Amino acid sequence: MNLYSLRIDDHDVAIAADSTVLQAAQEASIAIPTLCFLEGLSAVAACRMCLVEVSGNDTLLPACITPVQEGMQVHTATPRLQDIRRTLIELLFTEGNHVCGICVANGHCELQNLAVEVGMDHSRLPYRFPDRHVDLSHPLFGMDHNRCVLCTRCVRVCDEVEGAHVWDVGWRGEHCRIIAGLEEPWGAVEACTHCGKCVEVCPTGALFHRGDTTDEKHSDPARLQALMQARQQQRWNP
Amino acid sequence: MKACLRVCTAASCRSRGGASLQHSLSEAVARAGLEHGLRVKGVGCLGPCSDGPLLAMDADPKAQTQLYGSIPVADGAQLVASLMEAAAQHTLAHWCPAGGLRIDLNHPFFQLQRRLVLEHCGQIDPTSIEEALAAGAYRQLERVLQNNNPAAVIEQVRRSGLRGRGGAGYPTGLKWAAVAQMPGTEKVVVCNADEGDPGAFMDRTVLEGDPHTVLEGMAIAAHTVGASRGLIYVRAEYPLAIARLRTAIAAAQGHGWLGTAIAGSRCNFDVELRVGAGAYVCGEETALMQSIEGKRGMPRPRPPYPAERGVFGLPTLINNVETFANLPALLRLGLETYGRGTKVFSLTGHVRRSGVIEVPMGTSLRTVVETMGGGTPAGRSIKAVQTGGPSGGCVPAHQLDTPVDYESLQSLGTIMGSGGMVVMDDTTDMVDIARFFMAFSREESCGKCVPCRAGTVQLDNLLEQILDRRATPEDLEQLESLCRMVKDTSLCGLGQGAPRPVLSTLRHFRDDYLALVPVETRR
Repeated sequence: MNLYSLRIDDHDVAIAADSTVLQAAQEASIAIPTLCFLEGLSAVAACRMCLVEVSGNDTLLPACITPVQEGMQVHTATPRLQDIRRTLIELLFTEGNHVCGICVANGHCELQNLAVEVGMDHSRLPYRFPDRHVDLSHPLFGMDHNRCVLCTRCVRVCDEVEGAHVWDVGWRGEHCRIIAGLEEPWGAVEACTHCGKCVEVCPTGALFHRGDTTDEKHSDPARLQALMQARQQQRWNP
Repeated sequence: MKACLRVCTAASCRSRGGASLQHSLSEAVARAGLEHGLRVKGVGCLGPCSDGPLLAMDADPKAQTQLYGSIPVADGAQLVASLMEAAAQHTLAHWCPAGGLRIDLNHPFFQLQRRLVLEHCGQIDPTSIEEALAAGAYRQLERVLQNNNPAAVIEQVRRSGLRGRGGAGYPTGLKWAAVAQMPGTEKVVVCNADEGDPGAFMDRTVLEGDPHTVLEGMAIAAHTVGASRGLIYVRAEYPLAIARLRTAIAAAQGHGWLGTAIAGSRCNFDVELRVGAGAYVCGEETALMQSIEGKRGMPRPRPPYPAERGVFGLPTLINNVETFANLPALLRLGLETYGRGTKVFSLTGHVRRSGVIEVPMGTSLRTVVETMGGGTPAGRSIKAVQTGGPSGGCVPAHQLDTPVDYESLQSLGTIMGSGGMVVMDDTTDMVDIARFFMAFSREESCGKCVPCRAGTVQLDNLLEQILDRRATPEDLEQLESLCRMVKDTSLCGLGQGAPRPVLSTLRHFRDDYLALVPVETRR
C-alpha cells in the first residue's frame, strides 16, 4: 500500500495515498466539522463546513473530497476558518426556522452541536423567517421543511443505498427544497419503501418519526455505516 | 461584377425589422428581374448595433463599400422603389436609402478593429456553406488532417498563449494537452455556448454570423485530442443561433466536413446540439456537463477535471465558442502574425455607438470606449466601465488607460470575463449597479452550497437596506466581510464571483455607499 505523509495542524500523519484530507484528520484524531458529509454516502462538498487551508494554496479546500498529497501541510482551525464556520452556521440558522426548544431533535441535532462547537451564541445576520411547510402525509414519518438545511443526505441515502430515489431537490437558489417523487406529498409516492433511512441520516429534526415529540429523535448514522460494511463484506451477523 | 446588398439579419437588427427588410428587398429584386445585377443577402452582425437596422452595399469592386444604418423599415415600399430604380439605371454605387444614415467606415469603430474571429461575420450568408467554403472555411481543418500531427497543433496553441475566452482564461494549450494525454479512444469535445452574462452577446454574434468557423475549430480540436463526439450546449434564448447551427451542422455533414472519414482521413467527428433550459449556472462547465447528461444543472467540485472525467464519465475538452473560433485564424496566420490575438467585446450602456467589436488584445479601455464607442452621449462623462458581468467588476474612469488583458483587469479587481462591456455615465449609482448584479446571482444560484444559496440573499438584503438609507457603518462592514466569505468559500465560479461587483464598487466608489448611510448613524 502506497503511503503519503502529511502534516495536519501539529500532527504528522501517514495514510494510504487514496485517502482524503478528512480521513487523514480522523486518523490523527483531529475533528474537522462536517455537515453534509456522511461516511457511506457520496461526498458533495456542499455545506463548506470542512474547508481547510493548505500551505501554498490560496483557495480553501473541502477536506471531505480533497485527496491527500505527499508533504501536504493542512491547517484545520485557523481564526479565518473559525470565522467562516461560524458565518456558515449563521447562514443556515437564518435561512430556515430553527427553534430548538420545540424541536424533536433538540439535544441530538448536528446543526445544534455545530452551533455550540463554533461558538454561535447569536446570529450577526438577520433571521429571514421563510414561509415553509410540513409534510405529514406519510403514515410513519414526517418532513418539516422549516428545519431542513438542504444537506441532501436523504436524497443520497435513498438513491445510493436504498435504491428508491424518492427524494430530490426541487427549484433553485433560496427556493430550493427537498421534494418527494415529482413534488408530491410524501405519502403519495409509491416508490417509498418506508425503510426510514432518510430519517436516520437527517442531521436535524427535518425528517422524523411521527409521534416523536420534543427531544425524542435519536438518529444513529453508525447504523448506516454498519449496513454498508455488511453489504461490502457480505457478512450479516456481526 | 454583380452588386451585393448585405442586410444584417442578426438578432439586434432583426428585432428592428432587418429580416423583413431583407425579405421585401429580395422579393422586389426577383419581381423586377434584376437578379443578374443585384444580389440581396442576409448576413450576420455588421457591427454598430445602436445604428440598426443596418445594410451594406458592395456596388462595385473599385468603389468602397457603403454602410447604412437606421433604415426606416416602415417606409419599405419607398425604399424598395428607390433601390429598384438605382439597380435599373446602374447607379447602385450612389444609391442611398432615403431616411437612412450613412456610416463612415473610416471611423475608429471599424478602423481599430482586428477581425480574426469575426472575419467572415457580416460578409457571408451564414446559411450557405458554399459561401463559407469560398471564404476559406475548413481549409485549416483539411491541413491539420493532412499533416496528422496533433502534438504540433497543441504546441502551436500553447505557444500562441491563447486563453479560454469564456471568462476563466485557462490556457487553451494546457487544456488540450491534458485531454490528449488521456488514454482511450472515446473522448468528447464540448462547445460552451451558454452565454448568459447580462450585456454579453459576443458568442451569439459569432454563431449567428459564421457558425462554420466554430464547427471548424471544434473539428480541429477533436482531431487534436482524439475525440469523435462533439456537443454544442447553446441556450434556448438564442433561437436564431440554434437555427443557424442546425443548418450549418447539416451542411457540413453533407459536404463531408463532419461525420465519418472527414476529408478522406481517418478522423470521425459528429456534432450534436443540446439546448439549455435557461439556467445561468449551466454555463459553469461542470453544471453544463450535468445538464447535457439530463441531470439537474449543478456544479460539482473539481478534481476530477473534465479532462479526466467529463460528459458521461469520458475525457472531455470543453471550450467556449470564441475560443474555438480563434483556431482557424491562429493556424492560418501562424504564431508571429497571430501575435497576442484579439478579444471580441459587446459594447453597451451609456455609449454613443454600441455593438460588437473585435480588438487586439491589450487595447486600452479608453480606446474601446471613447475612441471607438464615441464616449457617452453629450453632456455626460464616463463614471465606470463594467466588465465580466455578475462575476466581474467596475473600472473607474481615471483608470481607463488600463490595457484589456487578463492580468491588468484582475489587478483592478475585475475580470476580462466573456466580453460584456457596459459603459456607465456619471448619473449611475454604483450601489444600484452592485445590487442589480447581486439580485441576479441570488436568482441564478443553484442552491447547492450554503454560502452562495444563503449568502447572496443576505448580501442582496444588505444592499437593499443601504439603498433604502436604513444602513449603518456596521452594516457596510458586514457587507464587506460577508462578501469576502462568500467569495472564499463558494463551490463554483458563480458563488465565488458573485461578491465581485460589490467588492469592486466598494473599492473604487466607496463614496457612493457612504452617501447612503444616514449621518446620525455615523460615529
